[in-house]
Amino acid sequence: MALSKDEVLAGLAEIVNEETDIDVAEVTAEKSFTDDLDIDSLSMMTIVTLAEEKFDVRIPDEKVKDLVTVGDAVDYIANA
Amino acid sequence: MNVVVTGLGTTSPLGGDVASTWEGALAARSGVRTLENDWAEKYGVPVTFAGQLAVRPEEVLSRPETKRMDPSAQMAIVAAREAWADAGLSEDAVDPERLGSIVSSGIGGVWTLLTAWDTVKERGASRVLPLTVPMLMPNSPTAYVSLEFKARAGAHAPVSACASGAEAIGMGFEMIQSGRADVVICGGTEAAIHPLPISAFASMQALSKRNDDPQGASRPYDVSRDGFVLGEGAGVVVLESESHAKARGARIYASVLGLGMTADAHHIAAPEPNGAGQTRAMELALERAGLTAADVAHVNAHATSTPVGDMIEARGIRALLGSHADQVLLSATKSMTGHLLGGAGALESVFTIKALETRTAPPTINVTEPDPELQVDLVRDTPRALPQGQIAAINNSFGFGGHNVALVFGA
Repeated sequence: MALSKDEVLAGLAEIVNEETDIDVAEVTAEKSFTDDLDIDSLSMMTIVTLAEEKFDVRIPDEKVKDLVTVGDAVDYIANA
Repeated sequence: MNVVVTGLGTTSPLGGDVASTWEGALAARSGVRTLENDWAEKYGVPVTFAGQLAVRPEEVLSRPETKRMDPSAQMAIVAAREAWADAGLSEDAVDPERLGSIVSSGIGGVWTLLTAWDTVKERGASRVLPLTVPMLMPNSPTAYVSLEFKARAGAHAPVSACASGAEAIGMGFEMIQSGRADVVICGGTEAAIHPLPISAFASMQALSKRNDDPQGASRPYDVSRDGFVLGEGAGVVVLESESHAKARGARIYASVLGLGMTADAHHIAAPEPNGAGQTRAMELALERAGLTAADVAHVNAHATSTPVGDMIEARGIRALLGSHADQVLLSATKSMTGHLLGGAGALESVFTIKALETRTAPPTINVTEPDPELQVDLVRDTPRALPQGQIAAINNSFGFGGHNVALVFGA
């Protein structure tokens, strides 16, 4: 994987911002998608779909429920 | 129960709100322009112009809103917000369980549907976004309006092609009359300026092909009319029981006095040649309003600029009103906006209500030589004054499938 975790975080924050208008600075590793960022399940699936395309990774549907925090998603994508 | 109009909203080819749209209409402006895309070269799309919105929804909505809603729903939300504010409504002013939403679209989320199909073909099924279904469904605009204003009395989206917007207003009238709601946000929206609908309408010879003269292409009743001009946009009106409106001291534009809805049961696309169903819709609407021909001062015609359709309606108006038609000011505002399909009846209801409010019938542009058969007083080129005192106006809308809707407003 060519991208560093910081790069993935920055890219993911951009996607979250595009979809929800949440400031990119708010999208940090410890934040929970549902509890802290108030992202519903359809928006989460949208973010996952866009992230798969942006980072050229495959995130299986059954894996999405494990991506509780932004950091979980960054780790998964960076290690994929 | 009396039903009144307390709020108006639109986003149209003439302007991003009611004030600019009405100003554009009174100035006899055309909202039709050449399309800035390569559809003609790339796909051979035979019509290269349309009545495109004056203000794109993305200029007034947040970015997430434009990503979650199909353009048809975006336009509905823009118009609904204006109508809601114009009516002076707030969450405290109406019980959500007594508030309804009826916003129709003739075609639905065609951009979303076809873009998602492009995604499947070009990038694979896994790239299809999860919000695709709620964006493409034709009840999406009314559902978003219901969500935004917490309308819990019911959210509906009657679909009847180009009569959809008028049918939505008619259903709103009946929803209040039947006691299901005190306030209904109703209207229609359409965002179908996409190469597929243009190609399909052109294939059935419904569209004007005046590519070299876009602004002169929509010419209802003119002898050289050659088809309609596709438009886009939304119109929304807030209907309210008179008692509810008066109790909160709301400004009342007009009353909804009558509604007539019929079906031709004749042909899937062509209107019944004698216009019997259309005339019967107007008759029923007047009857329900308790009015006679003599009470009618203004008609906003469906008149789309097609060779056959315009005169069927005009003959029906003459038959209904008799010699009084000589004193009725007829306006065909699609000459300026193009045909908003599911949004048409709603935008034209906004025009009809503004005409009553300001006592001004909007012009019909591009009529250089009226059809010699036309026996109604057509308002051409410049607006004309409507009489003072209590008057009534009819707004007609007809749709492929043989749907006929006539609304009567009074003020």
